[in-house]
Amino acid sequence: MPSSSLTISAIAKRYGDVVALAPTDLDVAEGEFLTLLGPSGSGKTTLLSLIAGLTHPDEGLVRIGGADVTFRPPYARDIGMVFQNYALFPHMTIEENIAFPLKMRKVDAAEARRRTAEALEMVRLPQVARRFPRELSGGQQQRIALARCLVYRPSIILMDEPLGALDKKLRDQMQLEIKRLHREMRTTIIYVTHDQEEAMTMSDRICLMNDGMIEQLGTPDDLYFRPRTLFVADFLGESNLLPGKVDKVSEDTLSIVLADGRVTTSATGNGGTFTVGQEVRLLLRPQNLAVKKGAPSNGKLNARLTDIMVTGGMTKLYMEGLASGVQSLVAAYPTRNLGTRREIGEVLELDWHATDAVAIAVR
Amino acid sequence: MQPPLRTARLKEQFGRFSMGAPLALLLIALFVYPVGQLLLLSVYGKNGFSLDEYRRLFTSSVYVDVLLITLKISLITTVLSVVAGYPVAYLISIMTKGRKASLLFWVLLSFWTSFLVRAFAWIVMLGRNGVVNKLLVSLGILDAPANLIYNLGSVLVGMVHALMPLAVLTMLSVMENIDRRLPLAASTLGARPGTAFWKIYFPLSLPGVAAAAIMVFVTAIGFFIVPALLGGRHETMITQLIIVQVQQTLDWGFAGAISVLLLLVVLAVFVLYDRTIGLSTLTGGTAGRGKEPGGWGRNFGDLTLTWMGIFFDQLHALMPRRHPRAAEESPSLLLRGTVWTIFAVISIPALLMIPLSFNSGGLTWPPRGFTLQWYEQMFRSPLWVQAIARSLLVGVGTGILTMLVGVPAAFLLVRGRMRGKGAMLAFVLSPIVVPRMIIAVGLFYFFAHVGLVGTSIGLVLGHTVVAVPYVVITMMAVLRNYDIRLDLAAQSLGARPLATLWHVTFPILGAGMMSSFLFAFATSFDELTIALFSSGGLNATLPKQLWDEVTLQVSPVIAAVSTCLFLFIAALIWIAEWLRRRSRV
Repeated sequence: MPSSSLTISAIAKRYGDVVALAPTDLDVAEGEFLTLLGPSGSGKTTLLSLIAGLTHPDEGLVRIGGADVTFRPPYARDIGMVFQNYALFPHMTIEENIAFPLKMRKVDAAEARRRTAEALEMVRLPQVARRFPRELSGGQQQRIALARCLVYRPSIILMDEPLGALDKKLRDQMQLEIKRLHREMRTTIIYVTHDQEEAMTMSDRICLMNDGMIEQLGTPDDLYFRPRTLFVADFLGESNLLPGKVDKVSEDTLSIVLADGRVTTSATGNGGTFTVGQEVRLLLRPQNLAVKKGAPSNGKLNARLTDIMVTGGMTKLYMEGLASGVQSLVAAYPTRNLGTRREIGEVLELDWHATDAVAIAVR
Repeated sequence: MQPPLRTARLKEQFGRFSMGAPLALLLIALFVYPVGQLLLLSVYGKNGFSLDEYRRLFTSSVYVDVLLITLKISLITTVLSVVAGYPVAYLISIMTKGRKASLLFWVLLSFWTSFLVRAFAWIVMLGRNGVVNKLLVSLGILDAPANLIYNLGSVLVGMVHALMPLAVLTMLSVMENIDRRLPLAASTLGARPGTAFWKIYFPLSLPGVAAAAIMVFVTAIGFFIVPALLGGRHETMITQLIIVQVQQTLDWGFAGAISVLLLLVVLAVFVLYDRTIGLSTLTGGTAGRGKEPGGWGRNFGDLTLTWMGIFFDQLHALMPRRHPRAAEESPSLLLRGTVWTIFAVISIPALLMIPLSFNSGGLTWPPRGFTLQWYEQMFRSPLWVQAIARSLLVGVGTGILTMLVGVPAAFLLVRGRMRGKGAMLAFVLSPIVVPRMIIAVGLFYFFAHVGLVGTSIGLVLGHTVVAVPYVVITMMAVLRNYDIRLDLAAQSLGARPLATLWHVTFPILGAGMMSSFLFAFATSFDELTIALFSSGGLNATLPKQLWDEVTLQVSPVIAAVSTCLFLFIAALIWIAEWLRRRSRV
């Protein structure tokens, strides 16, 4: 197991009566790409500020590389931070910006020049060295902010929604770029975002936060396929959540009776423990629902089509359930030329694999 | 061109003309013409063209000496104001909203408290029986009261006290726009606090420092109240010479020559500023860049700042360590201590007028007993009552006229699509650049010929010239923050231009317009230079009456008047702030 580069134990922060972060533990391995994901106000930026030393906790400890840095100022922590709007120094050239951390570390001038050029090479912008930040585009400024961190090889790089200000296409491009740099440098990266897609594509692990607490910590797969709570299931991707009760519990499959009591289906657990009679929600991802035209009484779930949306690559069907307790449903499948034509108002039959259905306990 | 298109164009051109013309005409008639005439008088007298006045100016060393003294006092005032004002502006800029408002209130209060009141307060403070002498004697530092007044020291104290609020406000406007995360970013990159400040924050605040320096310097050069009241013979400044020429010898030609000299100095300062820093920084643009990195000047500056940073970091390391959580919540004790001391010095003189105005023992310290006699004397005297009434009348008149000509011009300058906007703005702002005394003398000469001396109309016109640039700047800032799409939305919903203005634009801009009006009113209410000549012998405004009294004798009635003025200005600022807050909803 790789040694951990960051350990946070029972750290908490309040602002007056507002709990910004409830006591929280977190362990980040060396070279890991960890994303702090969550809606605004969930505590992810507070956590990042505590790691960076921009603010100090009311209780708990922060260790970086084994050393207790809880109350150390930012400049004595061996971290790098990429800010939301880059925070490049407007009165310095690009070169001077990148050389700044080296100068602070008293690296000699010749060596600093060499490493600055290297860092610019790494972000593929060697031609802008003598320019000022405002002469660069948003994407370029973003790369320079990265280069300014990479140049002194801090043991952890913190990124606070670094792609928030870029448009979609540039964002995709920069995601690949950051992934490449992470692969090449093997630095630990802690990345804050509220964009779940970004978190899914980039992270080794995601730490999903809600209301000042960690809701679930795990690989993107874990969070997507085995969400521990309804919040997680709802936050990551689109989902259908059908109310039901546990009927039978066997080793790794459950039998669930859906709300109106007619439909019984088997499902996988999400790693938690279940008891017979427990109230649950059955999670079905839209792309895992098979849709065909059918009569209302075939034993499976039936629904009436209310809307069709073609979102480029995927076609989405919005339906209202005919069973009681099931409100609205959504199914998705790849858009095909000359695919089946559907009429609004027609009744459809829905089916799914038991392995794609996940039971989540209602708290 | 098609006929409908042509009418549309004509309409647009007429609209533009009617928005800009009133202000342009006002400035040409009441600023360009009188000032031009005064300058012309210096070379064109009864005997035709001659340079005699200038020969007179330079043959005797007296006038050159006065010029040098003026420059010296102005320079020292500038340096002290900026150095003392910097930590104040810095602390205000990093405060949380609520505390910022209350600190700013004190700066604004002393900014708007009449120069006369403040200079008078220093006379009382520094006199033989004043607070300072009494304090020093009772502490045993002095054996007997010393001569603290009528020397260079007292003039500098008065000047810095008068102009530091201006420096603070100018620097603050730049500091508020510095990204607070930049020093934080420097810190994550390994910079200690001293280095983060001197290498990152300080260079970014330099445009504000430069702007504050030139504003203070140019104002100081045209100052006469402080040197006249707090200085001795050796602290005579150049504008005092102009007053003597106009009031005592009626020598217009020589007054004109001195004005030319003063104007040339001011223009030289602006040219120098433009060459080194760039005038655009004054109106909020970024500092003139495009300089290639690596020039020797830049390297030298960089090295100095690096050493400053290291020095302060060493100092920081020697200081007792505070818990980081405490440090996060409030700025360092040293900074707060410095700023509160400066605040005390700024506020105490004017505040001291309040107990003295109820003192039965007059202006001596400590107060002996309570009395209302000074207020009674003030309200019984027809001179004071008339002066108050006249000042209120002229102030409201100035406010209305300034808004009528200034607001349309601001609309034109922000929204109009036309060439020569820069030139027009420079023209509108030029009454700020030209020393007030030159405008005042020019207007006096002009008013004397058209019979406006001693009339309220004359004063309103004169005050409008000096107040209108500030109103245009404020309104331009307000308009720039206004979302023009709201107008387009109103028009798309069927509102005609005037209806749009009435139902949408004005209600939203209301608070901004009201504070512009108050600004113009306060400028007029506090104006002395123009009133000094143009109000005539009998119909004085309040500042003129105050000036006449102060130069005649130092009486406790003035403390009562000062207290009234002080409270009035405080109420005005409070109203402006209240309006501003209410408009945020």
